[in-house]
Amino acid sequence: MTLDVDIKHRQGSFTLHAQFHSEGRLTALFGRSGAGKTTLVNAIGGLVRPSEGRISVNGRVLFDAGQGIDVPIHRRRIGYVFQEGRLFPHLTARQNLLFGRWFTPRKDRRADFDRMVALLGIEHLLSRRPPTLSGGEKQRVAIGRALLADPLLLLMDEPLASLDEERKAEIYPYIERLRDDGRVPIVLVSHSVPEIARLATSVVVLSEGRVAASGQAAEILRRSDLFPHHDIAEAGALLETRVLRHEDAFALTLLETRAGPLTVPRLALPAGCPLRVRIRARDVILSLEQPHAMSALNVLPCRITALTASGGPGVDVSLDCGGQGLMARVTRKSVEDLGLAPGVVVYAIVKSVALDRDVVTQAPRGEDGP
Amino acid sequence: MSEWLSPEEWSAVTLSLKVATTAMVGSVVPGIAVAMLLARGRFWGRHLLDAVVHLPLILPPVAVGYVLLLTFGRRGPVGAFLAEHFGIVFSFRWTGAALACAIMGFPLLVRAIRLSIEAVDRKLERAGETLGAHPIFVFLLVTLPLILPGILAGMVLSFAKAMGEFGATITFVSNIPGETQTLPSAIYTFTQVPGGESGALRLTLVSVLLSLAALWGSEWLARRVRRRLSVG
Repeated sequence: MTLDVDIKHRQGSFTLHAQFHSEGRLTALFGRSGAGKTTLVNAIGGLVRPSEGRISVNGRVLFDAGQGIDVPIHRRRIGYVFQEGRLFPHLTARQNLLFGRWFTPRKDRRADFDRMVALLGIEHLLSRRPPTLSGGEKQRVAIGRALLADPLLLLMDEPLASLDEERKAEIYPYIERLRDDGRVPIVLVSHSVPEIARLATSVVVLSEGRVAASGQAAEILRRSDLFPHHDIAEAGALLETRVLRHEDAFALTLLETRAGPLTVPRLALPAGCPLRVRIRARDVILSLEQPHAMSALNVLPCRITALTASGGPGVDVSLDCGGQGLMARVTRKSVEDLGLAPGVVVYAIVKSVALDRDVVTQAPRGEDGP
Repeated sequence: MSEWLSPEEWSAVTLSLKVATTAMVGSVVPGIAVAMLLARGRFWGRHLLDAVVHLPLILPPVAVGYVLLLTFGRRGPVGAFLAEHFGIVFSFRWTGAALACAIMGFPLLVRAIRLSIEAVDRKLERAGETLGAHPIFVFLLVTLPLILPGILAGMVLSFAKAMGEFGATITFVSNIPGETQTLPSAIYTFTQVPGGESGALRLTLVSVLLSLAALWGSEWLARRVRRRLSVG
């Protein structure tokens, strides 16, 4: 899939000027509230008409102000999962799911109802009406409804924002399955770094109506300068890994990374299973010498590539561990005391227990995996 | 019941039911269209349309009847045209009574439907479009079912208004037994003749019963629809 966007849109005093190109299977639009994320997906879906510019999906022009092209919403074939679900209250879950099917040209009907219902785990909800469904159930039905219309692209505008952590954790696996299924490319709006690190293959960062950066998820997430202050705790590196073996006696699992083996709490996954691990900069300790007599299990030798002041007492240290990028957040004082500078060889120490289920997730499978 | 009511009284009751039903059924579709225009339309003259629709509510019914007589009468511009080209005659026919009732009830019908249209979450309609539905299908499959309670309420109001309409009807189509003598006209006639009290009382009783039945029927329907929309 290719998505090309180059639009300008004025809304009162706010101007959105977004230009990016994405080929990812799950492109995350990241930014603070008010950065223009929703306006941007609405423009792609046709719900907002930009003042200028051009939008095309797989080379099919959906909007071109210059040529006067503006494909109406119902002919764009772009699915949309809204923040609030927007299920039709007068229809059952089954009728909601089948709504779009009537309007899909017969030759384009590929999505299989039973398979979709099983994939989303909503078999038992089919005869219920939306007001009786929980928030998580509503969103799963909404996702199924959008996909059963066989869209060429699926937009998701913070579909999990209204759910608590437990419900989110319940839905992530379904989105991961859709992403790995690879039939419909997804554009996901999110302001949560953990969510993007878990789901995205590409990331577009929006800031005050402009694209601050766009590219592969692993590259973008490494750049702590892009992630606003309140996300400091979440900045870090994304490692593509696979399960090496389990150490059942200690309830641990060893992962294979380019930086060397990584020990994490026991995972219920077979050896060889691809994983994505986010190592938060705040969870990494640096040492000049190979530490011994220490409890942390993960000690990775690496070389400092750059130091970036992050405001306040903190400094972000970019590391290269055998070709694998890593980030550590240390104090300016430590930088001075230890004489940290680009080129210096250090040992990065990561506690195994810091690598919990929040940061170790199944990797996207398929062409743009590791 | 036919022994309890005289043949004339009986015909007034059935005529009223026929007139009210025709007025109600005939004004539903135009009512929805006008309510949509008023609730959603952004066009020049919207306020004028709003005023014209509401006119029967504020004008004396006799004045409305007279305007109808002028326009839809045999020699009126619209009446003459319809009679000549389509053979439709309103003046002094029961169809004229239905027209007068429909027009008198129209503002009530439009108001009820308009309120329910304004309460519809337009985001749901947008969602329907993203699923590939043309705006016309979105209207039929999403908007219409959601405003059904409002439409039903409006229909009941229109029916009730038609059952009670007197001034415009009697001015436009007069008071011809068997043709244009509706319940209110018949009651009025009874009160004008000596010894008519018992007939007037009987017909008043019938009016009360019919109105209550219509009210209860609509409440029951509205409850069913609301339950479908909320808890299911």
